[in-house]
Amino acid sequence: MKFQRIKAVAKKEFLHVFRDPRSLGLGIAIPLILLFLFGYALTLDVDRVPLIVWDQSHTSASRDFISRFAGSRYFALQGRADSYREIEHAIDRREALIAVIIPVDFAGRVASGRMAKLQVIVDGSDSNTATIALGYAEATALSYSQDIAVQKIRRSGVIPPPPLLDVRPRVWFNSDLLSKNYIFPGLIAVIMMIIAALLTSLTVAREWENGTMEQLISTPLKGPELIVGKLIPYFVIGILDLFLAVIVGEFVFAIPLRGSLVLLFGMSVIFLIGALSFGMLISIVTKSQQLASQIAMVTTMLPAFLLSGFIFPIENMPLPIRAITHIITARYYVVILRGIYLKGVGLGVLAGEAGFLTVFGAVAIFLSIRKFRKKI
Amino acid sequence: MFERLKSMLTKEFIQTLRDPRMRFILFVIPVFQTLVFGYAVNTDVRHIKTAVYDLDNTPESRALTARFARSGYFDVTEYVVRNSRVPELMDRGIVKAVFQMDKGFGENLRAGRSAPLQVILDGTDSNTAGIVLNYIATVAARQSDDLLASRGGRSVLPQNLGGIEIQSRAWFNENLESRNFYVPAVIANIVLIITMLLSSMAVVREKEIGTMEQIIVTPIAKVEFILGKTFPFVLIGFLDVALICAVAVFWFDVPIRGSLVLLFGATALFLMSSLGFGLFISTISHTQQQAMMSAFFFIFPAMLLSGFAFPIENMPVPVQWLTYLNPLRYYLIIIRSVFLKGIGMDILWPQLASLAILGSAILAFAVQRFHKTLT
Repeated sequence: MKFQRIKAVAKKEFLHVFRDPRSLGLGIAIPLILLFLFGYALTLDVDRVPLIVWDQSHTSASRDFISRFAGSRYFALQGRADSYREIEHAIDRREALIAVIIPVDFAGRVASGRMAKLQVIVDGSDSNTATIALGYAEATALSYSQDIAVQKIRRSGVIPPPPLLDVRPRVWFNSDLLSKNYIFPGLIAVIMMIIAALLTSLTVAREWENGTMEQLISTPLKGPELIVGKLIPYFVIGILDLFLAVIVGEFVFAIPLRGSLVLLFGMSVIFLIGALSFGMLISIVTKSQQLASQIAMVTTMLPAFLLSGFIFPIENMPLPIRAITHIITARYYVVILRGIYLKGVGLGVLAGEAGFLTVFGAVAIFLSIRKFRKKI
Repeated sequence: MFERLKSMLTKEFIQTLRDPRMRFILFVIPVFQTLVFGYAVNTDVRHIKTAVYDLDNTPESRALTARFARSGYFDVTEYVVRNSRVPELMDRGIVKAVFQMDKGFGENLRAGRSAPLQVILDGTDSNTAGIVLNYIATVAARQSDDLLASRGGRSVLPQNLGGIEIQSRAWFNENLESRNFYVPAVIANIVLIITMLLSSMAVVREKEIGTMEQIIVTPIAKVEFILGKTFPFVLIGFLDVALICAVAVFWFDVPIRGSLVLLFGATALFLMSSLGFGLFISTISHTQQQAMMSAFFFIFPAMLLSGFAFPIENMPVPVQWLTYLNPLRYYLIIIRSVFLKGIGMDILWPQLASLAILGSAILAFAVQRFHKTLT
C-alpha cells in the first residue's frame, strides 16, 4: 500500500463527489429530512383518538360521563350516533376509531349501585392505536367508577381506607417519558446506515458498468489502495452527517447528552467504517448498480429500520428473528447511542457492543479487499 | 408501432430478468419483507424483564412478587441481593424494571398500614414505559384490594358501590394482532420501491452507459420508449402484489375480506403515481447514483407520512395537510380496507378518485418533461 496512490484515488473520488453537487446535497438533505420528520411530525404517542358516542340513556349521568371522554386529551369527540348503522358508517369511513355506546339503563344502574354495562367498539385494523385507545377508555371508566364509589362512601359517613400498597415509581434515563428521547439516538444509527449504503453501494459497480474500471486496472494501483481511497470521501460525508445530527439533537430538539461526546464520535467512526466497507463489498460483488441498490436496501436499510430495536422492541420478536438481530450491526450501535445519550454510560458497560462493531468493521474491510479482483 | 413496442419490450424484459440475482431480488425481497413484518413487528408489551430487590423477605413481599410474575406482564429474571447491582442491571439494560420492597414491608401490611413498593423503571422506550407503569398500578391495586378483602376491610364499606364495566369489541381485527395491520401494508412499500426506484434507474442506466445514443437513432417514439421501459416493472409490481397477498393469506392467516379486483384496480391507479415519479426522477438525473438518491429523497417522506407505522392523526396539522398530496396514503387506506374491513367502491371512491387525480397529474407532468434526447 502506498500512501501516494491512496491519495490519488481519494482525490479522484472527491472530484466525483463535488462534480455531482446534487448527490452531495442529497447526502446531506436526506438525513436532515429524516431528523426533522422524526423530531416534529412523527410520534408513536396516541392522543386525540376520534370518538363517536351513542347515548341511549339521555340522562345527566350519561352526559356527565361523556364529558369525561370529550374533556380528555386522548379523545376527540367527533359526533353522535343513533344506531349501529351510523357507527358502522363512521368507522368504515374512518371518521371515528372508537365508539362508546351508553345503554338505556345506565343512569338507573349507576344510581342504584349495580354495574352499568358500557359497550365499546374499536376499529381493530390499526391494532396499535386500538389497544392504546381501549386502555384509555378503560382508565376513564375506572376513574368515573371510583369517583362514584367515593361519593357514595362519603354519603354513608365512612372514611374510606387508603390503598394498602403505595406504588412509588421512579423513571430513570428518560424521566419525562418523551418519545423523541427514545427515537432520536436510534435515528442517528439509521441515518448513518442509510447514508453509508446509499453512497458506497454504487461506487465500484459504477466503474464496472461504465467501463472505467478497465482504465483503473491498467494503472499500477493495487486493490487495497483503491478501496481505501474510495472510502475516504464517503467517510468524510458520513462524519459530516454525524456532526449535523448531533448539533440538531442538541440545539433543536434538546436531547440530553449525558455521556462522553468523544466516545460517541469514536464509536461512530468504527460503525461508519464497517457500514461503508459493507456497502463497498456489495458493490464489488454485484458489479451492477440496480442490483447493488436493491441488495443494499435489503441487507442494510431495512434491518436498520426494523431489526435494530430502533422502533420495534427486539424483546417482542420471536426467537429465530431475535437470533438474526445479533448479526445486525445497527442493533449494537443503537444500544451504544442510547447508552451514551440517555444513560450516560461509558466504555465499561458498552465494551461488548464496541467489540462487535470493531470485529465487524475489520471483517468487512478485509472481505472487500479479498473479493476485489483487478481483472476483467 | 406495435412492432417497435414489442421489440422494445423484449429488450427490456431480457435486460431486467437476465441476471439471476436480479430475478432473485425482485421476487425474494417482497417475501422477505412480508416475513419480517409478519414476525418481527410486534408492539405488544409483555414479558418485561424485571428484577426484584426484596429486603423484607416475608410472605407478604413474596406474595406480591408472585402476583407480578403471574400477571404475564413481568418475567422476574433476577433476585438482587446488593444495592450496587441495581444500577448495573439498569445501565446494561438487563432488566427494564426493578421492584424494591424495604424492611418492614410485610409488617406494615399486617398492621393494616400502607406499605411502599419502590419501582425503578427504564424510561428509554417512553411508549413501553408508560404502558408498564399502567400494568404496575393495576397489579398493585388488585393486590391491595385482595389484601383489604382478606382482612375484612370491605365490611365497613357500604355494599353495592356499583360502577362501570366495559365490554369491548374490536371490529375487523378481533384479537388486535399487529400482524394484520402491517403485513398488507408491505404491498404498498414494495410496489413503490420496485416501480419508482428501479424504473428510474433503468432509464438513467441507458444515459449513463451511453446506450441511449443508440436508442435515439432508432425510429422508436417517445411514448413507445416510456411504455417499453415501464411495462416490465408494472408486470413485476403486479406479480409482487399477488405474491405478498398469497404469503399474507396462506402463511400468516391475514383475512382478505374485500375484493381482489378492487385491490388490483387501486394498484393500477397507484402505479401511475409511482411510475410518474420514477420517470420524473429519470428526467432530472444523469447517473444512477443521482437517481437512487433522488428516489429515496421522495420514498422516505412518502413512507413516513403515509400512516404506515405512524398515525396521521397525531401529526401536526400542517403536516397532516401535506399527507393529502401523498398517493401512498390513499393506497394504504384502500389496501387495509380491502384486507380487513371488506368494504367496497361505495366507501372507498374518494381514495380511488384521489389516486386517479394525483396519478394522472404526476404522470402527465413527467411524460411532458421526458425527452428522447441526450441531456
